[in-house]
Amino acid sequence: MIAPGTPAPDFTLPDQDGNTVSLADLKGQTTVLVFYPLDFSPVCTDQLNVYQEVLADIEARGAKLYGISVDSAYAHKEFAAKGNLTMPLLADFHPKGEVAKKFGVYIEERGIAGRALVMIGPDGVVRWSYVSPSPLEIPGANLIFDALEEPAAA
Amino acid sequence: MEGSLGSAELPPVTEEDHVRGRGATVVIEYGDYECPYCAKADAMLAGLLVTRVFRHFPVVSKHPRARVLACAGEAAALQGRFWEMHDSLFGDQGRLDDPHLWERARVLGLDLERFEADRRSEAVAERVQRDFRAALRAAVVTTPTLFVNGRAHPGLPDEGLLARLAG
Repeated sequence: MIAPGTPAPDFTLPDQDGNTVSLADLKGQTTVLVFYPLDFSPVCTDQLNVYQEVLADIEARGAKLYGISVDSAYAHKEFAAKGNLTMPLLADFHPKGEVAKKFGVYIEERGIAGRALVMIGPDGVVRWSYVSPSPLEIPGANLIFDALEEPAAA
Repeated sequence: MEGSLGSAELPPVTEEDHVRGRGATVVIEYGDYECPYCAKADAMLAGLLVTRVFRHFPVVSKHPRARVLACAGEAAALQGRFWEMHDSLFGDQGRLDDPHLWERARVLGLDLERFEADRRSEAVAERVQRDFRAALRAAVVTTPTLFVNGRAHPGLPDEGLLARLAG
């Protein structure tokens, strides 16, 4: 798991709407990356649905949230439509899990990302990170707000 | 900004809560009236000698009617019929549109005009939102989530929990 204070590794991934998102695009904003195992699995759906309910609150604190899993952009599109999800979902599909590996949250034997949250500051440096003890455990939205509401050290 | 959404303890049971039953053990249930698992959990708890508290956790992106239904429950509460509406909604989740709500209100003998005004009111929306935000701060992420003695039990109650509550 990537540690706070580490510059975020570079990446470029497509989202469900055909946009490309790179680390460089995230400079100047606070970013919350939500690594999750798989589209359509029941637990993941609950997680992103609950985060969807507080997207406006996250944005009100000057941050933007992105989901990221090893599913393809086409799977993400269906998943977003089914769950009424409006956040970008990044496809870490090819090479599979490469970005999850860079952030140290890939579970090799299962071929999926673990359930992890990474907050990247406007300067591109990781400010906070959290990984669930088990992929079945959903990190509460409260953890995101704990990190967001903490007075910035910088 | 409407205040912090960071981690916080689950709020204690107060007079504002919907409470029924008189058991020594208190079960706080966070639920959503459009969630079939919540209806099932609610039915599983129904026969137990526990004190039951119901709080709203409407996840609208998953259940588009959830907030509207929670507000209908609160509007019924303003006429003293919260649990009747609660049981009515969980008892039949196939009919949750507005005309169905009016019919339910009629059957419960509610003042319909008042019910309509209340369920769309700011005060009722805030009441529901208060439950939702407090639950978020206490790390609730799914429905149903039951709290027993301060511990969260996400999902349907398992046999162990039911046995303890029955004991």
